[in-house]
Amino acid sequence: MEKYIKQLSVFVENKDGRLAAITAALADNKINISALSIADTTDFGILRLIADKPEEAVNVLRSIGVTAKITKVLAVAMNDEPGGLSDIIKAISEAGLTIEYMYAFVGKIKGRAVLVIRVNDPEKVLGILEKSGITVLSDSEVCDL
Amino acid sequence: MSIYNKEIECMDREALRLLQSERLRAQVNRMYRNVPLFKQRMDEKGLKPEDIKGVEDLYKLPFSYKNDLRDNYPYGLFAVPMKDIVRVHASSGTTGKQIVVGYTKNDLEMWADCVSRILTAAGADENAFIQVSYGYGLFTGGLGAHGGAEKIGATVIPTSAGNTQRQIQTMIDFGTTLLCCTPSYALYLGEAIEEAGLTDKLSLKAGIFGAEPWTEDMRHEIENKLHIKAYDIYGLSEIMGPGVSYECEYQCGMHVCEDMFIPEIINPDTCEVLPYGEKGELVFTTLTKEGFPLIRYRTRDICSLNAEPCKCGRTHIRMEKPAGRSDDMLIIRGVNVFPSQIEEVLLKINDGSTTPNYQIIVDRVNNTDTFDLQVEMSEELLADDVRSIENIEKRITEQLRSALGIGVKVHLVNPKSIDRSEGKAKRVIDKRKLK
Repeated sequence: MEKYIKQLSVFVENKDGRLAAITAALADNKINISALSIADTTDFGILRLIADKPEEAVNVLRSIGVTAKITKVLAVAMNDEPGGLSDIIKAISEAGLTIEYMYAFVGKIKGRAVLVIRVNDPEKVLGILEKSGITVLSDSEVCDL
Repeated sequence: MSIYNKEIECMDREALRLLQSERLRAQVNRMYRNVPLFKQRMDEKGLKPEDIKGVEDLYKLPFSYKNDLRDNYPYGLFAVPMKDIVRVHASSGTTGKQIVVGYTKNDLEMWADCVSRILTAAGADENAFIQVSYGYGLFTGGLGAHGGAEKIGATVIPTSAGNTQRQIQTMIDFGTTLLCCTPSYALYLGEAIEEAGLTDKLSLKAGIFGAEPWTEDMRHEIENKLHIKAYDIYGLSEIMGPGVSYECEYQCGMHVCEDMFIPEIINPDTCEVLPYGEKGELVFTTLTKEGFPLIRYRTRDICSLNAEPCKCGRTHIRMEKPAGRSDDMLIIRGVNVFPSQIEEVLLKINDGSTTPNYQIIVDRVNNTDTFDLQVEMSEELLADDVRSIENIEKRITEQLRSALGIGVKVHLVNPKSIDRSEGKAKRVIDKRKLK
C-alpha cells in the first residue's frame, strides 16, 4: 500500500533556541520543507514536517541531539474552493473513523490544495476516500511539488 | 535545663563502659543463636560469642549493611518470634523494596525513653504542648517523637505532616510550646507565619528538628522566624528512629544514648576504626534492642566523635552533625531517595531494554526541596502525538511517587541536554547548600 507519505515527527524541548537549531540544521543540509505544523504543550512541542529528504533529515537532527522519527500519514488532494476540506472530513466522519491531526501543504500540487492527515485506521480511510472519488497522493506525486 | 535520667545520662564513664560490655556480650550471644546472617558472618570470621568479652573486642565483630535488610526482607534479621514484635516501621531501600524494622514492647519503651531525654533537654515536661508534625505511618519520625512526648506526660498534638494552614492554626489555637518536624518544614512554617503576621500569637519555646541535614545558618533562620531555640536530633530507622543522639542546651554536638548504642567512626574504604576527633563513617551497635538488634551497622553518614566532657554534665559522647554520606543516598523533603530506585522505574518504562539517560536535579526554593528529573527523549520513547508523550511523563511521575513516596517533576529533554561525561554519568546535581 504505497499511498502513504513520510512525515517527520520531531520532539522540541520547550527551551530557547531549540526550534532555531532545528530549522538551521535542516537549512544547512539543504533540506526543503513543504508542509509543517506544531503541536505544543507547556513542556514540549511536536514539530511535524513534510520534507523532501526525510531519512536524511532524521540523521541531521540526530547529529544535533534532536530526537525525530518518521511517521506515515496520508496526503489528500482537494479543490481549492469552499467545501473542498468539508467533503473530505464528512466522508471520514460518516464512516465513523477518527482523524488524529491534520494540517495543509503550503503550495498546491498540480493545481490542487493538499491536506495531510494522520488517522488511526489508514486502510479503512483509504477505502472510504477512494470510494468517494477523493484523490490520495503517493510519495512520488507529492515530491513533484 | 533538666536532664531526664541523671543516673544514666551522667553516668561515670567507667561504669558506662562496664554496662556496655555486659550488654554487648549478652546481645552477641542472643544474636548468634537467633539471627542466621549474624551467625554466618561470625562463623566466616572464625569467631564464637565467647570471644567477645566486652567493648574492647567490638572491632573484631563483623559489619552489617543496609543491603542486609534488603536481602532479608522483610523479617529475616529479627531476633525474636513475630508474635513478640508489636510494631514494624519501614524506610526507603536502594531498590523498590522498603527496608523493614521491628520492635518488641520493651523496644518501644526504650525508644520512648531516649526521646524523653531529648524533649527534656529541650525544656519540655508534663506541662508542654508538643506538636508532632513529622509524618505518622511507616516512617519512624511521627510515632517516634509521639512515644517520647507521651512518656514525659506532655499534651501531644499529633498533626503529622502537611496541610500548612491547619498546622499554623493548630499551633496558635492549641498553644503548642514545642514543635517536632523537619528543619526545612520549620522554615517553611516560619515564613508562612511571618507573612501572615501571626508570629506574636505563637506560644512556641523550642523545636526538635531532624530527618534531614541542616546548616547553622538554617538553625539561626528558624530561631529568628519562630522565636524559639532549635535543637538538632539524629536517628535512623535501622538503629531505632529519632532519638539515637540529641543536642543539650550548649548545642555543641549531639549526645549519643551510649547506654543503648555504641558509636564508632571508621575509614569507609579500609574499615579501620578511627580515633575520636577524626572524620569518617559512623557505625552503630545497638545494645538493648530485642526485636531487631544490629552489630556495627554502617550508616554511611560522615562525622566525628567528641569525647570531651560537656558543660551540661552529661557524660555520653557527642557526635558532630553528619557532613555528608559515603553513598549516593539523597534526603529530599525528609525522605531517603536512592538514584537506583529511580533507575528501576525508568527501566520499566522502557520495557526493560535500557535505562534512558537521566539526571536528577535537587534544589531548595522557598525553603522547600525541589526534585526535578530530566529524562532523555530517546527514539524508543518518542511517540508521534502529544497525548502519548504526556502519558509517558505521567506514568513516570506516578510510578516514581509510588516508589519513592514523594513527588518528582519529570521533564523530557533532548539527548544532548544531559551531560554525557566519560566514565560514570553525573546522575545527581544537588544545588542545595547544606554544608
